[in-house]
Amino acid sequence: MVLRGTVTVHPLQQLRDEVDRLFSNVLTHPTVSGAARLVAGRGFPAVNVWEDAESLFVEAEVPGLKAEDLDITVVGDELTIKGQRPEEPQTEAAFHRRERGVGAFTRVVRLTSEVDANKVHAQLNDGVLLLTLPKAEAAKPRKIQVKTE
Amino acid sequence: MSVETTIHQENQTADVAPPEHTHSGPYYRPNVDIYELADQLVVQADVPGAKNNEIDIQFEDGALTIYAKVPARQDSQGPYLRQEYGVGDFYRTFRVSEQIDPSRISAEYAGGVLTLHLPKVEAAKPRKIKVAAK
Repeated sequence: MVLRGTVTVHPLQQLRDEVDRLFSNVLTHPTVSGAARLVAGRGFPAVNVWEDAESLFVEAEVPGLKAEDLDITVVGDELTIKGQRPEEPQTEAAFHRRERGVGAFTRVVRLTSEVDANKVHAQLNDGVLLLTLPKAEAAKPRKIQVKTE
Repeated sequence: MSVETTIHQENQTADVAPPEHTHSGPYYRPNVDIYELADQLVVQADVPGAKNNEIDIQFEDGALTIYAKVPARQDSQGPYLRQEYGVGDFYRTFRVSEQIDPSRISAEYAGGVLTLHLPKVEAAKPRKIKVAAK
């Protein structure tokens, strides 16, 4: 990332980032490798995670990536999203702004439920990756019928 | 790294025209690359989730405006277990100091990335001046 001008960070913003980072360290292990201009801080790609009774859903914004550029694996309770953001082949170009990251990335997300790794479904639309991870039988909520005599 | 995540908001104020609040609801600033070739400026913007036919680009009085509508997703979800980004429309305005030929601006969109080509007008192109030897 190219820095230009003076950077002022509001103290509250800084605190918020600190808190975010603390949580980020607890819940996930973002690691960045390769070129250093990746969207930094919380790891790339950013993810949203939610669930319903049947599945966990992990969504990530990966603009510019094709399905074949992505390598997604689930081992135990760890989901790994690996990929490579291609660099535009513009050798003679003079950059005015450079905010979009390039290079290799690895993002590990710890899953909060046990999932069936064989049934994970991945879909990529308009730069948005949606993973559907069906929960393992043991992790699904079970309704207990209370019997009355 | 906390500094880097906030730079997006902080370092643009000087040369970005103030956003016009003609669109309702929150919007997000797309990350962009802008580079200059001999005959054009190229703007690439990350607008993941935007639909091809709902991207609005305007060039007026030297100001380039990108507005990309992003339809809501995840409508059936419960609360987030983890949320690192918000989903909403993208909006950003740039002031372009180069002389651009607005009639020849072209745009393409693929995989969440919008690419704009802004051709320079002839006069703004570098011209090689030959020095005549006596």
